[in-house]
Amino acid sequence: MEILTYPDQRLKQISESVESIDKDVLNFIHELEQARMAGPGAVGIAAPQVNNFQRIVIVDVSDMRKPVDNHGHLIMINPEIAAWDGMHMGREGCLSVPDFTGNVIRAEKIKLNYMDETGETHEFESSGFEARAIQHELDHLDGLLFLDRLVSRRSDLFKRKNYKK
Amino acid sequence: MKCSVLTLVGADQAGIVAAVTDALYKQGCSLAQASMMRLGANFAIMLRVSHDEAKDLRNILSEICENMSLHLHIDEDVDTDVLRPDPDVQVTVYGADRNGIVAQVTSALAVAGLNIIDLETDLGGTKDKPIYIMTLEGLATKGVESLQNALNALNSDIEVNLDEINTLRG
Repeated sequence: MEILTYPDQRLKQISESVESIDKDVLNFIHELEQARMAGPGAVGIAAPQVNNFQRIVIVDVSDMRKPVDNHGHLIMINPEIAAWDGMHMGREGCLSVPDFTGNVIRAEKIKLNYMDETGETHEFESSGFEARAIQHELDHLDGLLFLDRLVSRRSDLFKRKNYKK
Repeated sequence: MKCSVLTLVGADQAGIVAAVTDALYKQGCSLAQASMMRLGANFAIMLRVSHDEAKDLRNILSEICENMSLHLHIDEDVDTDVLRPDPDVQVTVYGADRNGIVAQVTSALAVAGLNIIDLETDLGGTKDKPIYIMTLEGLATKGVESLQNALNALNSDIEVNLDEINTLRG
């Protein structure tokens, strides 16, 4: 599957909710995961990145070189963030924005609702790197790239330290 | 096409960036990476420019350099296809200002395998009690532990913090 890359304006499109999880949706999720795996070290992918405008994302930070807290392999349909807490600056890159990384401020902790591929609804809390990955992917569903949230590298002075627990 | 790295420095005044970039644009030059900042009363520009072999950048900028009293230095960029390395560590340093903070910290880090990609320092505090602040990013070619050990061995009059940069790709 081809990954759309900016400045393709389709990446700025808002995706539609999934009404029912049918065979086509399940086949698409399979293809979306294959596209993620084909990307260089991608911990997540969102449907619009492969030119499909349904609210579906996949996130998996369970296989990091330096392990981070995680909930395993997450297939999320119609995900919604219900609560945010804290802020943290981190470096992000994107399959849809090759050869560039930048600093982005994200919530440190989020509460999330979503449906999995069997139609079961879930509510859970995520924090740190996994929460960052989820927020990055959910942004794609609203036509936002990390480029829309860039902050200067020069403004990073000591901010991390303040947020350390 | 070839790539050149331009350095321009001169007394700060309004319109330097516009004049330099407009002249390059009108001659069909393409700006890639740029870093520009005020250094004391000077303004400094570092630019990576791709341009036609036939274009003489010094000639293109000569009038502006003369009118605005800018010093121009040009280097040919030999490796035009180089991919930017992603830094994997960030170091912040601060303390009461004294001579040698940058030399001491970067020497220790160099021996421990750090390849610096980006570094900035500034003075803050008051005239009586100035503080020195440095942030840098780089590649830990001998691992992060080696860098942390090197920093642990530094003088205790400065605060040093090393963070790994865990770049998210989504």
